[in-house]
Amino acid sequence: MTNKRIDEPTGTEFVGHEWDGIEELNTPLPRWWLYTFYATIIFAIVYVVLYPAWPMIDRATAGTLGWSSRGDLAAEMRAADAARAGVVAKIAATPIEQLPSDPQLMQAAVAGGAAAFKVNCVQCHGAGAAGSPGYPNLNDDDWLWGGTLTQIEYTLTHGIRWDAAAETRSNFMPAFQGSFDAGQVSALTGHVLSLSGKAKPNATGAQMFADNCAACHGSGGEGLPAMGGPALNDAIWLYGGSAADIGKQILAPRHGVMPAWQGRLDPVTIKMLAAYVHSRGGGQDPAPAAPATQAPQIAAK
Amino acid sequence: MAQADELDRPAPQAQQPKRDWAGALAAEGAKAPAPAPEESAGFMGSALYEAGRTVHNKRIDGPFRRFKWAIMAITLTIYYATPWIRWDRGPYAPDQAVLVDLANRRFYMFDIEIWPHEFYFVAGLLIMAGIGLFLVTSAVGRAWCGYACPQTVWTDLFQHVDRFFDGDRNARARLDKAPWGVSKTTRRLAKWAVYLAIAFWTGGAWIMYFADAPTLTWDFWHGTANPVAYATVAVLTGTTFWLGGFMREQVCIYMCPWPRIQTAMLDEKSLIVTYKDWRGEQRGSLKKAAKNPDAYGDCIDCQLCVAVCPTGVDIREGQQIGCITCGLCIDACDRVMKETGRARGLIDYATLEQCDAERAGAPARPAWKALLRPRVFVYFGVWAAIGAGLLFALGTRTHTDLTVAPDRNPPFMLLKDGSVRNAYTLRLRNMEARPRDMVVALEGLPKGAVMWTDAVSLENAAQSQTVTVDANATKVLRVYVMLPPDVEADDEDDGLPFTFRLTAQDESDSAQTTFAMPEDD
Repeated sequence: MTNKRIDEPTGTEFVGHEWDGIEELNTPLPRWWLYTFYATIIFAIVYVVLYPAWPMIDRATAGTLGWSSRGDLAAEMRAADAARAGVVAKIAATPIEQLPSDPQLMQAAVAGGAAAFKVNCVQCHGAGAAGSPGYPNLNDDDWLWGGTLTQIEYTLTHGIRWDAAAETRSNFMPAFQGSFDAGQVSALTGHVLSLSGKAKPNATGAQMFADNCAACHGSGGEGLPAMGGPALNDAIWLYGGSAADIGKQILAPRHGVMPAWQGRLDPVTIKMLAAYVHSRGGGQDPAPAAPATQAPQIAAK
Repeated sequence: MAQADELDRPAPQAQQPKRDWAGALAAEGAKAPAPAPEESAGFMGSALYEAGRTVHNKRIDGPFRRFKWAIMAITLTIYYATPWIRWDRGPYAPDQAVLVDLANRRFYMFDIEIWPHEFYFVAGLLIMAGIGLFLVTSAVGRAWCGYACPQTVWTDLFQHVDRFFDGDRNARARLDKAPWGVSKTTRRLAKWAVYLAIAFWTGGAWIMYFADAPTLTWDFWHGTANPVAYATVAVLTGTTFWLGGFMREQVCIYMCPWPRIQTAMLDEKSLIVTYKDWRGEQRGSLKKAAKNPDAYGDCIDCQLCVAVCPTGVDIREGQQIGCITCGLCIDACDRVMKETGRARGLIDYATLEQCDAERAGAPARPAWKALLRPRVFVYFGVWAAIGAGLLFALGTRTHTDLTVAPDRNPPFMLLKDGSVRNAYTLRLRNMEARPRDMVVALEGLPKGAVMWTDAVSLENAAQSQTVTVDANATKVLRVYVMLPPDVEADDEDDGLPFTFRLTAQDESDSAQTTFAMPEDD
């Protein structure tokens, strides 16, 4: 700064930087601005003392207030739990079949169930609960083990073919590999398809069905929800509805497994999950009035 | 308490030569008007900071001062009084004329109610405000800064408080320099108490726009209002007290981005407050000018234009960021010119182009003619077009609205009997302040299509459903639509396009959507 140059109109010193003829002036700050700057320095020092600041080897300095963002999160979650506690307790105290009579409580249960579903159920049943081949769709009106709130809750609690649960639901479709030859399988498959109008009836298949299948699937293939016998006269097929798929299932049936959630989830969560699944559009009322015949009537209106 | 103001005395004789117009010739007024560093701390050979200085602007009367009074009265009245205007909207809506109801996400302005989905009205108003500033700047320069900016209005108000307690310019400067005695301390405390009262009133008025004003006032004084209300009042009281009472012109010069933006928008055709140097120079006192009339211009160097300036600039140095173009120096100079028997307008609103013309000998032109230029009309056209568009949209909007979101996962549901079911989430808006029955109906689906909701079970499925929507509310409705078996879509990939129609008395709205179908196997 030996040769100071002064800008004539303002009386301010040049810094010495120039861009395309525009020069920078060393205009002094107003004093209040300087003090503001000092205030920020003091603020920073106070902050470093009170809050986590300096990064060390494995963590930052703790700060005298003991604040942490993880602690904040935990406090917020505790607060949210506390805010929900009343509703959760009310859901716990309400028998599941009485939930729908309190629409607000039902709504809360469905919302809680939706959240739990995303964590525990989507892996098999899909994000939209639409399932996939081998994993049941929970939106439709076809229920293997019953679609009332109570039945859904039971299935959730005890699982299906879940050996570790004493009261688990279980059934077994025998494999007919070796019992039927190709022609027999074809006849039986044709009869099964004819139950939903997709093939012509044949007497051989009908006889085989009555002998081997009707005990579990019903004489008309209408299913037996009490023992998990799937309906064969409808449009919904867990393992596929083509003749080949059905034939395969007759010879070497697959059996799905649903875990028992008792012990893994608390009863309130299971109750809320049941409410959510029931609300997906296919839930049945406690005394289903022959739902299979209902829809066509309406459709014909 | 106010000290006598020199200008309030009977008008002096024109030939009174040594009149100290502004007190600028007094010992304490000898400081340079330019922001030259008075007190500097040395840092590597240059000044680190500039000492603070207080602008003690002198009282002046004149057309611009009276205009500023009027603007101040109007703007402050609007600000403080608006939340207290009542407006009857019936039992289901608040009766406050202007209300920003953040909790319920509604904005009320007299007969207009804005919902969140209509926020484009607010966006439109903001765009109009932005273009309005361009328009005003291109027409009358920094008029916003000079008259309407809250910082200007509140600074003006606080400067009048100064004047009331401490007297005019000279008395205030003297008091500033005086040692802290009982008298000064009392005066200062009283003045700051008034600052604080104004600041508190300002912060208190702000929150009234966000809740029912009488209720909030009652709650506020009984300690039961929302903590946010107290925090907001505290922050606004603090900022008003500090920015209006102490920072004043420093905000315009150092903090505010708007002077910089305006400087970029001004050109040689913009109206600015300017000193006509070709007429004023060489400056000299009346005495000197009397001795040697040919050597001196009209400016008698009385410094009154500097003394009255609320930001403390010397307009005779030309355009500068500190000049908010409030016109008080015009009032001051016109007065001096009148008393010295010269033509008014030595300092005046003019364009730089006009200045050049006048310097070359052209006659003075009325300032309003500067408004007539294409840029002003273009800005006005755009501004008015947006305004007209908003008014049109406001006039033709309906008070019902329907939006539909089909379930995407799963898109359709095959039922046991082969029927296909789709689910949709409908949002029914009732924007009237009364509950209404609305009918949702299916249009354009094949025969046999039915719909039902969670509240209306499958047994009562039909072509349409009636739902009651609360006053001023949106009802979220989950709707199931079912087609009987054997309906074929022309193209399964696209499904069946159809329409939900919402009817509420004479209003209706519709939303197009698609019915998804399974692929044939």
